[in-house]
Amino acid sequence: MTWIELAPTVSAAFLASLVECVEAATIVLAVGTVRGWRSAFVGTGLALAALVVLVLALGPALSQLPEQALQLFVGILLLLFGMRWLRKAILRGAGIIPLHDEEAIFKSETANLKLAQTTERWGVDPIAMATAFKGVLLEGVEVAFLVLAVAAGSPALVGPAALGALAAAVLVTIAAVAIHKPLARVPENTLKFAVGVLISAFGIFWTGEGMGIEWPGHDLALIGIAAVLLGAALLGVRLAAAPAQPMEAR
Amino acid sequence: MGTVRAILHEIIGLFVDDGSLALALVVWCALVGLLMLTVSGVTMTAAGAALLAGCVAILLVNVVTAARRLRTARASH
Repeated sequence: MTWIELAPTVSAAFLASLVECVEAATIVLAVGTVRGWRSAFVGTGLALAALVVLVLALGPALSQLPEQALQLFVGILLLLFGMRWLRKAILRGAGIIPLHDEEAIFKSETANLKLAQTTERWGVDPIAMATAFKGVLLEGVEVAFLVLAVAAGSPALVGPAALGALAAAVLVTIAAVAIHKPLARVPENTLKFAVGVLISAFGIFWTGEGMGIEWPGHDLALIGIAAVLLGAALLGVRLAAAPAQPMEAR
Repeated sequence: MGTVRAILHEIIGLFVDDGSLALALVVWCALVGLLMLTVSGVTMTAAGAALLAGCVAILLVNVVTAARRLRTARASH
């Protein structure tokens, strides 16, 4: 498998995981700062263990599906997932909805955690552990889904996609440990924009393959689909940002 | 139980945020599939182009409509 074939899968998994890991890191940092690191790490560890179980259970089950049905099923899910991100990124880019603010989320999480009563059991704070568990599990489910989904067409792609996701997790962990603050400077909307384009392109590609469409250029068609989507998304930002013309001016 | 419900709600929310966008995309995919099954002479390239063009059009209409709706709601407050 060449780098040109691997690049879309690895970069989609890496960029999408980067966004999700930043969001998970904000929650774990809030829990650790307010309620103690032990509970934060126990919750994170349990969530990672649950994710491993989930992937081990779902991965082989998915591989039992006929290839075309799997491509169609995963393609539609990827299309819905990617378009949802792209829609939000376009509306944020156009200034219609506010940007995702990691510092505001961190402040809100810490305020909620400070209000909750401390009731330690076996040296672990259940509220802190549950908050970290839920945060990491939810973001992790997205990462696990994306890794399995972007590699839906070929089991050989699961490894490279997982490596892309792992690289993002390691990068975010190092950054979070180093600065001990929410990673507010990550250009999250730009990342979501790029990931929305890539994931939607995968969604359209796999949906088409599942329907029996033979794309011109095979896997390289992904690049063309992504280019069309990028152009459309940039146009979408301009159209959404433009105020509606008053009736008299029409 | 509350946590499990919240997790399930979040998982559904991964795919469906704006219901009309999700519904339109699924319906369009089904229409293209149906077209391929029922109309003879539809080339693979045409079907692929229709799938892509439809998805792009649905996205653009959705963001423009949502922007107008949100702007109007903001102005009325």
